[in-house]
Amino acid sequence: MFLVKCPWCGWRDQTEFSYGGEAHIARPLEPGQISDQEWGDYIYTRTNTKGIHAERWVHTQACGRWFNALRHTVTDVMWDSYKMGEDAPTPPKDWDGLTCCDDHKKLAEGAKK
Amino acid sequence: MSQSYRLSDKGRLDRSQKLTFTYDGQSYTGYRGDTLASALLANGVKLVGRSFKYHRPRGIMSAGSEEPNALVQLETGPRTEPNTRATVVDLYDGLTAASQNCWPSVKFDVQSVNQKIAKLFPAGFYYKTFMFPASWWTPVYEKIIRRAAGLGKSPMERDPDSYAQKFAFCDVLVVGGGPAGIAAALAAGRTGARVILADEQQEMGGALLSDDALIDGQPALDWVAKSLAELARLEEVTILPRTTVSGYYDYNYLTALERVTDHLGPQADDRIPRQRFWKIRAKKVVLAQGAIERPLVFADNDRPGIMLAAALRTYINRYGVLPGRQVVVFTNNDSAYKTAIDAHTAGAVVDIVDLRVDPTGPLVKQAEALMIRIHKGSAVVATFGKHAVTGCEIAKISADGKSLTSDTTFIGCDILANSNGWNPSVHLWSQARGKLTWDAEKNCFIPGHAGPWLPVAAGSGTGTYDLGNCLSQGFAQGAAAAQAAGFGSGEVPKTPETEPLVEGPERMVWTIPGKKPLGHGKAKHFHDHQNDVVASDIHLAAREGYLSVEHLKRYTTTGMGTDQGKTSNVNALAIMAEIRNAAIPEVGTTTFRPPYTPITFGAVTGQNRNHLFIQERTSAMHPAHVENGAVFEDVGDWKRPWYFPKTSKSGVTETMDEAVLRECRQVRETVGMLDASTLGKIDIQGKDAAEFLNWVYTNKWDTLKPGRARYGLMLNEHGMVFDDGVTTRLADDHFHMTTTTGGAARVLGWLENWSQTEWPQMEVYMTSVTEQWAVCTITGPNARALLADVTSMPLDPETFPFMAMQEGTVAGAPARVYRISFTGDLAYEINVPARYGLHVWRALQDAGKSHGLCLYGTETMHVLRAEKGFIIVGQDTDGTVTPMDLDMDWIVSKKKDDFLGRRSFYRTDTKREGRKQLVGLLTDNPNFVLPEGAHIVEDVKPKPPMKTLGHVTSSYYSPNVGRSIALALVADGIKRKGDTLSVPLMNGHVEKVTLTDTVFFDKEGARSNG
Ligand SMILES: [Zn+2]
Repeated sequence: MFLVKCPWCGWRDQTEFSYGGEAHIARPLEPGQISDQEWGDYIYTRTNTKGIHAERWVHTQACGRWFNALRHTVTDVMWDSYKMGEDAPTPPKDWDGLTCCDDHKKLAEGAKK
Repeated sequence: MSQSYRLSDKGRLDRSQKLTFTYDGQSYTGYRGDTLASALLANGVKLVGRSFKYHRPRGIMSAGSEEPNALVQLETGPRTEPNTRATVVDLYDGLTAASQNCWPSVKFDVQSVNQKIAKLFPAGFYYKTFMFPASWWTPVYEKIIRRAAGLGKSPMERDPDSYAQKFAFCDVLVVGGGPAGIAAALAAGRTGARVILADEQQEMGGALLSDDALIDGQPALDWVAKSLAELARLEEVTILPRTTVSGYYDYNYLTALERVTDHLGPQADDRIPRQRFWKIRAKKVVLAQGAIERPLVFADNDRPGIMLAAALRTYINRYGVLPGRQVVVFTNNDSAYKTAIDAHTAGAVVDIVDLRVDPTGPLVKQAEALMIRIHKGSAVVATFGKHAVTGCEIAKISADGKSLTSDTTFIGCDILANSNGWNPSVHLWSQARGKLTWDAEKNCFIPGHAGPWLPVAAGSGTGTYDLGNCLSQGFAQGAAAAQAAGFGSGEVPKTPETEPLVEGPERMVWTIPGKKPLGHGKAKHFHDHQNDVVASDIHLAAREGYLSVEHLKRYTTTGMGTDQGKTSNVNALAIMAEIRNAAIPEVGTTTFRPPYTPITFGAVTGQNRNHLFIQERTSAMHPAHVENGAVFEDVGDWKRPWYFPKTSKSGVTETMDEAVLRECRQVRETVGMLDASTLGKIDIQGKDAAEFLNWVYTNKWDTLKPGRARYGLMLNEHGMVFDDGVTTRLADDHFHMTTTTGGAARVLGWLENWSQTEWPQMEVYMTSVTEQWAVCTITGPNARALLADVTSMPLDPETFPFMAMQEGTVAGAPARVYRISFTGDLAYEINVPARYGLHVWRALQDAGKSHGLCLYGTETMHVLRAEKGFIIVGQDTDGTVTPMDLDMDWIVSKKKDDFLGRRSFYRTDTKREGRKQLVGLLTDNPNFVLPEGAHIVEDVKPKPPMKTLGHVTSSYYSPNVGRSIALALVADGIKRKGDTLSVPLMNGHVEKVTLTDTVFFDKEGARSNG
């Protein structure tokens, strides 16, 4: 029961969302021209990442929008989400997988004060 | 004997409220503020139940939620609740409870013979005794185990109470309302943070409720009252007494059970929920759950009257009960001396038996000054008493704690209080994936490395027992938690003055020696009182190789009772460590799992029961279906008419078979009407709508003319059929799609997924309109004549041909009429805005009288479509079926380069030989209806396994064909048409079947075009 950040609605309970698997797997433009292996990779092969994972979510119980997000698969913390077609944000290299980007922004503001 | 053990001058009771209650049929009295346990003890009732395995007499061991023994059956009838801990049941007037696990009475229990044959019940006895033969399991072993085991009895009637659920958000959740928890709530609350303070007891104050400590020179409870008053004034603070935080999940999501009216009795107030289940999302969590005392593991340490030392002190100070006159306090530490002193002061004769040879703490000095006898370097090595303890024998023990070094001395006693030190409550810490550290000085597990959501701990839950330290920890953690949640500067309030705690070290003797070696003789050293597990069971487990804690737990059942081993786990680990000659942390700890204490199913279910469990969906025509006597079928959440049985004048109602046969015949003879409103309907608009449909269906849509409809198959990228339906072009940029009833949401999600993520450049918009349109389907030879009675739109086949749509009015209502057919007969699907649905249905029913109209339901719909070989996705397909497997190549466009799923047709698996394909089946016996799901084989063997070639997907008796018909998926079925195969059934019958075409009726398809 973790939290998911919808780029339109903000942080909400996971139960409002549906998961859509790994992100950035583009459908081959000319499936007729590719091998069985390549097509099989497109429909079946996934990275199964331990750590930062780019994945698709849809805000099923609210705005209905699909979006992408970066989630740490060990802690389930979502670093940030981004709209379809946008580039993935980059968490800092030393990200502990425990704080989200909003927490980081808050921490940075706190440091300025 | 009315409350003869009640002290006149002690306790936090409202003595103006005398309460009457019944236990095992006997009437007693108590006061508001009592628990059932304290009231029983006040009345001299020590024997409250029998134990789980050996049926030994048991009493009250603790004064809190850790109670393993005093489990009672609370109330009777529909409100009865088994396994209720008497120590946490707040007394109310009229309470009724009974002992459980004994028959015919608690004093004379037939199964107590179990303890005489205890040798038959060693650890692992389930695994050993009830092993072979396997055929004995259900008839023999299970009955024995069920009779012998189990504790209380479940209610047999519906729960009449109501329960609520509540979602809450807070900045700081403080679990535990003792001194540390109150301090944390104060520090956090003063910053303006939203704080929830929850405690499982009826009153906040924790250990202070049983203590005489001073804070700033005043009674500590004054400080508690003052602090609670301040918290009550803080607008953002919520105080929840009688609320057990039971589960700690990811992202600081915690669940808590609030017992709202339990303390007022069952009939308290119908308007208030009995219990409320809280689901709390907290920014920071402070765990201040306190500590639980450990019992000593000594010979026959389970007799009624043997209890934890701090529990006795609680009964004296908080509940004003001194449950005995002669008290023995058996201890390895100083804290139990407080109990001895308070019992002595309250008037009991007290003996202290201290394992330590030379205890020197100030409390020891104080007891000595009160002339309390202290037996140093000694242990209780035997106890006596049938239904309650009457005395014990003590002896000096050796330096290694393994043997007696003196003769035994008898001491008479009616209470034997004991203490083996304390276990901080680390359950929630552990649930939150925090690590535990063994503190070798305090001999307990304390919170170690925190889990990912970084809760903090304060108070005796961290192994800190000094009041001042508990308070300062609470203040510090509360302030830090608030600051982390964005409130306050982290400034820590000043800790008030308290007297420092000075205690000598403990002496650990994890198994107290008895008069005979462990496991010899009749004496039993219980470490798990609830599951009746004894120290010798741990030795047996070790001998048999069950050394790891997880094996030990399962083999002996230690810690697997409803108390989750709150008093037993650490003792068990320590005994195993001793046997293995290992350090305790090497043996490990088991994982603590929610819930912390048992919670009711009612609370977890909350309001989600009866009609609120699943929202029933009904169509606009539902009232008419009820009037017409429909029998309903659940399709998804929809209630759909299944069939409409008729009742003859003599009062005989048709069976389902009779009704379906009649409906099937009449539809094809005259005309039938079906409520098709539940079909999924999606409105699709946008200039790229046709191109979008080209992608999601296998056939071509850009060529479809406005006003015309087409059937489509939808595939996933694996090339497998996952939905079908008819879609109609309303205008160049506007389509009306229908889906299966169950697939509506899935299809809309699928379309949204592709349009939003893969083809965002396409201008296409989808809206679910399932609920907006009511659909009356009329079908059969007289359908046109019937429709003509209620509409003026042209119906001649030239103007309104098959697979066309017209807009107009039907029975005065605006309508879209689709001439499409799922029966293979002339059919019109009349769509009207849902608000006109009932009116139009009734108008058609009236007009239908002169056309022989028959209402039909989903069962007839299924038979009629099967006669025509029309598939139902999900029944005749199962996610592994391609259009080619369905012999539907005709619907796969050869002109399109690409559509979803197309590429998968050319994978080796989808184009191989031997795939299961849809065929018709005709049985040898035309009256025999095959069961759906039956396997089809080539070679029948006397018994399974047999090589299956496929299975029956749909099977009915068809009155229009005059015999049974079936559809099936059979390996290479399409090219095997004409072959005869076999269907062996469970009862031994083998039916021969011939593979045929899937169309059984009107093979030329003339009827739908008429
Ligand atoms: Zn949203």
